[in-house]
Parts: sequence; C-alpha cells; structure tokens
Amino acid sequence: MFDFFRKLFGGNDNKRAETATTAPLSDQQIQSIVHNQNMQFEIQQLVAATGQSVGKQRDHNEDSLVAITSTMAGKANNVPFGLYIVADGMGGHQYGEVASNAAIRVVAGYIMRKFHSYLFTIPTQQPEESLQEIMESSIKEAHRVVQKDAPGSGTTVTAALVVGEQVTIGHVGDSRAYAIYPAGRVEQITRDHSLVKRLEELGHLNKEEAASFPHRNVLIRALGQGDVLDVDVFTIPFPANGTLMLCSDGLWGVVAEQDILHSLTEAPNLQRACQNMVTAANMAGGPDNISVILVQMVG
Amino acid sequence: MDTQNIAQPLGGEPTLPRRQLQSGTELVKRYHIQEVIGVGGMGSVYRARDLHFPNVTKLVAVKEMINMAPDPLVRQTIVQNFEREANLLATLNHPAIPRIYDYFSEDDRSYLVLEFIHGKDLESIINDTNGFLPEEQVLGWGIQLCDVLSFLHNHKPDPIIFRDMKPSNIMINSNGDVILVDFGIAKTFQVGQKGTMIGTEGYSPPEQYRGEATHLADIYALGATLHHALTRRDPRLEPPFSFAERPLRRINSRVSPELEAVINTALQYNPAERFASAADMKDALMGVARKTGALSKITTTSIAPASGIKPIWSFKCEDEVRGTPLLYQGALYIGCYDNNLYALNAADGKFQWKYAADGGIVSRPAIFDGNIFFGSEDQSLHVISARTGKVVWTYHTQAPIHSSPRIAEGHVFIGSDDHHLHAVNLNTGRSVWKFESADEIRSTPLVANDLIYFGNESGDFYAIDFRGTLKWRFQAKRAITSSPVIAGQSLYFSSVDGTLYCLDARNGWAIWRFRLGKGSVSSPAVADNYVFVGAADGFVYGVEAQTGKEVWRFRTEHQVSSSPVVYKDSIYCGSVDRNLYCLEYRTGRQRWKFETQGAITGSPVVFDDIVYIGSNDHQVYALLA
Repeated sequence: MFDFFRKLFGGNDNKRAETATTAPLSDQQIQSIVHNQNMQFEIQQLVAATGQSVGKQRDHNEDSLVAITSTMAGKANNVPFGLYIVADGMGGHQYGEVASNAAIRVVAGYIMRKFHSYLFTIPTQQPEESLQEIMESSIKEAHRVVQKDAPGSGTTVTAALVVGEQVTIGHVGDSRAYAIYPAGRVEQITRDHSLVKRLEELGHLNKEEAASFPHRNVLIRALGQGDVLDVDVFTIPFPANGTLMLCSDGLWGVVAEQDILHSLTEAPNLQRACQNMVTAANMAGGPDNISVILVQMVG
Repeated sequence: MDTQNIAQPLGGEPTLPRRQLQSGTELVKRYHIQEVIGVGGMGSVYRARDLHFPNVTKLVAVKEMINMAPDPLVRQTIVQNFEREANLLATLNHPAIPRIYDYFSEDDRSYLVLEFIHGKDLESIINDTNGFLPEEQVLGWGIQLCDVLSFLHNHKPDPIIFRDMKPSNIMINSNGDVILVDFGIAKTFQVGQKGTMIGTEGYSPPEQYRGEATHLADIYALGATLHHALTRRDPRLEPPFSFAERPLRRINSRVSPELEAVINTALQYNPAERFASAADMKDALMGVARKTGALSKITTTSIAPASGIKPIWSFKCEDEVRGTPLLYQGALYIGCYDNNLYALNAADGKFQWKYAADGGIVSRPAIFDGNIFFGSEDQSLHVISARTGKVVWTYHTQAPIHSSPRIAEGHVFIGSDDHHLHAVNLNTGRSVWKFESADEIRSTPLVANDLIYFGNESGDFYAIDFRGTLKWRFQAKRAITSSPVIAGQSLYFSSVDGTLYCLDARNGWAIWRFRLGKGSVSSPAVADNYVFVGAADGFVYGVEAQTGKEVWRFRTEHQVSSSPVVYKDSIYCGSVDRNLYCLEYRTGRQRWKFETQGAITGSPVVFDDIVYIGSNDHQVYALLA
C-alpha cells in the first residue's frame, strides 16, 4: 500500500520520509491540526463527495449511488439535511444494474417526497411519521418495485438520512456504513447480511476461515428477494468531527480499513479522498464495482 | 453541603510556580471565576459561575491545564489530544461520572468545564474521620465503584481504563454516592520522557510501572483504595506493593474476614490472579454484603414467591396515596389525597411530621437546600423545611397542580392546570416568567441541554429555553401527561394516543414511534439500551432505545399508570391491579410482586436496596428490593 502512495505523491514523499525521523509530527498532521483549529463556521452544514468505478474485471457497473446534501440558512433554524445511498446490484442475477438503480431512485424519491413539505413549503411542516418509519417504508417500497420491474434480481441498499446531528440508517445486504473518527478509529456501523458473516456469528467459521471462505458474496438478505424483507433501521449521532462513509464491497472487500483511513487522512479534501479510495481498490485488482460516499459535518 | 477540593496536591508533588486565575476573572466571556477549589499537577480547579444564566447562579467546576511543553508542535498535539479526550468524556453517560459541559483553550491553557459536585473527596473523608470508617459504608462505595469501572471497561468500541483510582479522585456527593473525578484527561499535559508513568504511586499495580494498563490495573487500584479507606494507612507512604505486609484485619479488626479476602484478591501481584472483571469483584463484594448483612438483605434468587414478601414497615394515611415519594437524608416525604405531605423515618416508617395543604397531593416532591417543594390541587406550589415541616413560602397558580416540580439553575419549574409552565425563583418564591401553553400541564418538566422539556393535555410537547422562549414544538395526537426522560441526544415520553415517542432532543424530530396497546400516562425509564414504560393496556414494555423495537412485554392485570424505576438490574413498577412488580429489566421476567389492598398509580423510589411505594389503600410501604 505504501508503494502506492509513494507513486501518488511522487517526489514530495521522499522529503517527508527523510524528515520523519526527527520531526514529531508530519506536515500532514500539522496541516490537520491547523485545519481543525480553524474550523469555526457560522453555518452548520454537511459536505459530501462520491467516487465510483466499474473496476478492473467487470464490464458493466451494477452499483448505484445517491448523494443529496442540502443547506438552508436564514432566520429560521438551520437543520442540516442529507440523504446518501449506496446500492450494489447482485452480480449473479439478471438486471443487477436495474435493481440497484431502481432501489436508489425509489428510496430517495420516497424520502424526498416525505420531506418536501418540510424543506420546500411555507409554513414548513415536519413529516407525520418518524424518521425510522420513513426509512423503513422507503426501502420496503423499493423492494416491491424491484420485485415487479426486475423480477429475480436483487440489490443491497445502505441508506443514511441525516437530519440535524443524527443519522438514521436503513440497511439490507453487505454494503456498509462506517463512522471514521478523527483519532483514526474506523467503526463499521452496519452488520453484513451475508452467509459468511452469519456463519462467523454462529461460530462455524473463525476469522481466518471466513477470510478465505469461497462464497463470500452470498447474501442472506437482499432487496428484491423473498416475500418479507427485514430491514435494519436505527439512529445514531453523526460521528463528531468525523466522517460518515458508505461503500459497496468493491471497496471494503479489497482495501484494508487502515488503507481506507490513510486514503482519507492523506487527501486534501473529500473529493480526492474518494478518488484515492477508488484508485486503491483498482490497484488491488479491482475485482468488483466500487462505490463510495464520504460525508462530514462542519460548523 | 460543603464543597471540597476536587484535586488536592499530593505530598511529593512540586507546587506550581504558575499564576492562578484571580477571582473575578472571566473566561471566554462566559465563566466567572469565583475561587480555587483545588490544585493539581497541571493547573488549578476553580469554582465558577456560568454567565449564560444571568438570572440564576449556575455553578460549574473549571479545570485548568497549563501547557508547559516548550516545542510548539508538541503543544499543538497536546491541545488536540485534550480536545479529543474531552469529546470522548462528553459522551460518557453515567451517574458516577461528572458531566462535561464545555472545553476550550486560551493561550497556553486549556480548560474543561464540568459539573460542580457538592460533596467531599474520599481522601478528606478518611483524614477527617476519627477512627475507622464503617465497613458497610466502604463496602457500599466499593460496589458503586465496581459499577462505574465496569461501565468504563465495557465502553464500546474501546474500553476506557481509568488508570488513577485513588481516594482523592473519588468524590462522595451529598447523597452519599460516589463520583469519579479527574479522568485521564489531565495526563496528556504531563510533560516528560516517553512512556511517562501514568497513575499514582502506591495505588498502582506493578505492571503499570512497566507501562501496561489494563482493566486489571484499575481493579488493583480499587483494592488499594479500599485498603486505604479501611486501614487509614496511606499506601503512598509505604513501600510499593507492600499491602500483603499490612493485613487489613491486623490493623482494623472490625473488618470482616470475607471483605479482607475480596480486597486481597484485588491486590494480587500477578494480574491473572485478581478478579477477571469489575463485575466479578462487584459480585464478590455483594457476597460479602449478603453474608455480613451490610446492605440489608439482597435478593439473589431469580424468582421469589409472589406471596411471602413482608414489608419492612408500612404507614397508614387518611386517604389514597397517589404520589411518588422522595427520600432525603433518612426521611421519606410523600403526598397524599388527604391533603397532607408526610415526613416518615425511612428506616422504620415512624411519623415525623405532616404538613396540610388545602388540596390533594399527587405529585412527587423535590428537594433543594433542605427545603421540600411540591404542588397540590389547592393550586399552590408549597415550600417547606424538611427538618421542621414549617412553611418557607408558597406560590399560587390559577388552577390545580398535578405536575411535579423540577429544580435547576436556581429555579423551580412546575406545570399547572392553568396552562402555564411557571419558573419561580428558588429563594424568593417570586415568578420569574410563565410560559403559556394551549392546555393543562401535568407532565413534569425535564431540564437538559439548557432547555426545558414538557408536554400538555392537548398533546403538545415543548422545548423552551431558560428565558421561557419556545425553541421547538412537537405534536402528539392526544395528551402528554407522561414526563420526558433523556438519554444521549434522544428524548422519550409516552402519550395517551398510545405511542411511546423518541425525539431528537435538539430539534424535536421524531426518530421512532412505538405503538403501545393503549394510551399511557406512565413516564419512561431508560437503562443501557432499553426504554421501559407502562400503558393502560396493562403491560409494562421493554423497548430497544436505538431502534424502537420491542424487546419484551410483561402483562399485569390492570392499567399501568405508574412509572417504572430502574435499580441495579431490575425495574420496579406498580399497577392498578394492586401489585408492585419487580422485573429483571433485560428480559422482563418477574422476580417478585407484592400485593397491596388498593390500586397503585404512584411510582416507587428505590434507595439502598429498599423500595418505597404508596398505594390507594392509604398505605405507604417499604420493601426489600
């Protein structure tokens, strides 16, 4: 991995390596200290970036993603609002890309309609349902649509609805949401609905066996599959001073957490961080489609 | 109540050449320094007044850390570490950990603003006591300390090692409960060589000197602390790891052999031979308590028979007891429909005094500064001296009061059937402001995040600030009589519309709604990741706090208007079916029930393993928890 960064940063990197033995902090760390200290914005707002690639071994992209970030500031209370979704259509099935595309549009459309009267009408009106109810209904709606429009196909969906300082997560499948904290802690927020994870939980596989398990891609829950869809829905605080990351297994299955973290901390901005992560996955062989969304709360 | 040092200088520590802040100094235009209340290795601790509350006196503790590192880069890293640590501490929610309000850095100093604790640190208590502290007192603190250590060690994602357990870092508050102060935060300011030893000589285990600090180090230090408390021998004045040479019972023969054995296990030189966890040590201490009878008798059997529970005492009033009791300094205060507020001796139920209002009392009294506050159907808020039962002042509203008073920031807040939430000055009894809502307010206000939260009888839920200005409002479909509780950033309350709500405390967004079988006036309780509430369908519910999913439900034979109370790993809740239930809170399994002769609509209070509850059979009961 370090070789890869050396390539990316070229000449600069050598200088840094030489000084690293004497200076207690790298340039990057100093930058981030200065950066953190100056982070005092009047408006609390979300910033987000995305990255996507078909990868090196597939000929079409079955991943879909959505990033909607809104800021409304004025006399009235500014409540940051954002909606982020990653969906990974199932490769073995027909219409994988149809399923993931339908999933993100139906989920986003459903949620945005519910929030329309809050965001865009006067007087503003909060939705009748709770955030978790809206999230769950939107995914169930997408489930019906996928079953109807692309029968036999399936998709993962991992959606994060940010309202104020709380994130409501809706999740089915093995795409993931992570909280990355400034101290460098990378915490997986979602639980994979995959066969390998299930076997691991049941104690049939240990960590090493799981890592080499041949059917790592087999899902035990997917949107579009089965009659009754059980959706994981929960609400957590937005990671304080940290980053929310959503990604498909084309990233997390290929790039180690430490390298994901590195891609984020080494990058000057979120956009570059996304590019770094996608590049890292492709450098590691790019066996699958890659999607990533990074979100931060500033102010 | 007196205020003592939060951190005292240790014998061997150098005195600080640094200048202390003068009283009268204002920090960040918000904290008005009053006086130094302690001196630590990194700076001083001050008592300060928070000027964001101009009309009232809100006291905070301001801990100062002076950045003495000469290298600017190191200094920056120190500040960054400090802020990271402060952020972590701010997320810890435990009764034995002080709340963090704020932090900031100015020039070469960083400051942490935290809860001001009325109390005294254990080191002073040891030093100021003639003779030895009673075993049951030390045992009680030991059990509480195991609880908070267990909370820290089980912190997710990473366990937190306290690393500096010692008597001067343990405050005993005015309720006699322990509060852990001086978290590792200050340690980041220790300038020194690499691998600076963190922890205090004498209390720290051998491996900590090698730079290892695991949860087993905290267990050793707790053993050392209890040893010090029981023997009065300060381990800092003795050779390191020499506890074995000072057997407890040789110094203090009143200590039971059982307790000595527990402390010896905690103090094992080899970490593997100590208790494996703080929870194990707590179990062992509970075992001692049971054997010596120190903490009354603790029920250990998982299911006690439904009958056969005998009250420790009961007391008969002249009418139904629908109120919830308040326990304060060994006395129980409870309102009754016979218009009286009774003061009873909590130990034996003996009558001490009663105070007659002109209307029934259904609420729960509050205490502040030795005075009891309660509302009555006679439309008044009464304030009487806890000691004498004599009136201090009364405050009149325009309609009966069913809400309970909440005391915070120098004010008492109370709702009334006159549709107003009243903010009354604690000392003068004069109205500071009134907030008008659309209907009667019977919900008890909650104060948190500098906001006041309450519901009313037409289903509005309000968040207002300390000036009485509306910050946000939420609408349920029917009355909100239940009182809100808060955990983290989430508010929980139930409504007569048959819903348990979880709202974002900052902005009132509904995070989830949980359908109850019928309406509810029961106020929820929160513990771990669970919310508990009763409803008119006769069930007590256990619901997962993060997802609003049902974990269990327990059927009683009639409406549950009583509010569940969490104590240790049980909840206690009354029902109109006349029973008081004790349920295991993770599973909802019944441990025992106690039948009274009338419906129970009030809520219990539990303290020191005794449950107190009033019933419509006119009686107040004390039962073993």
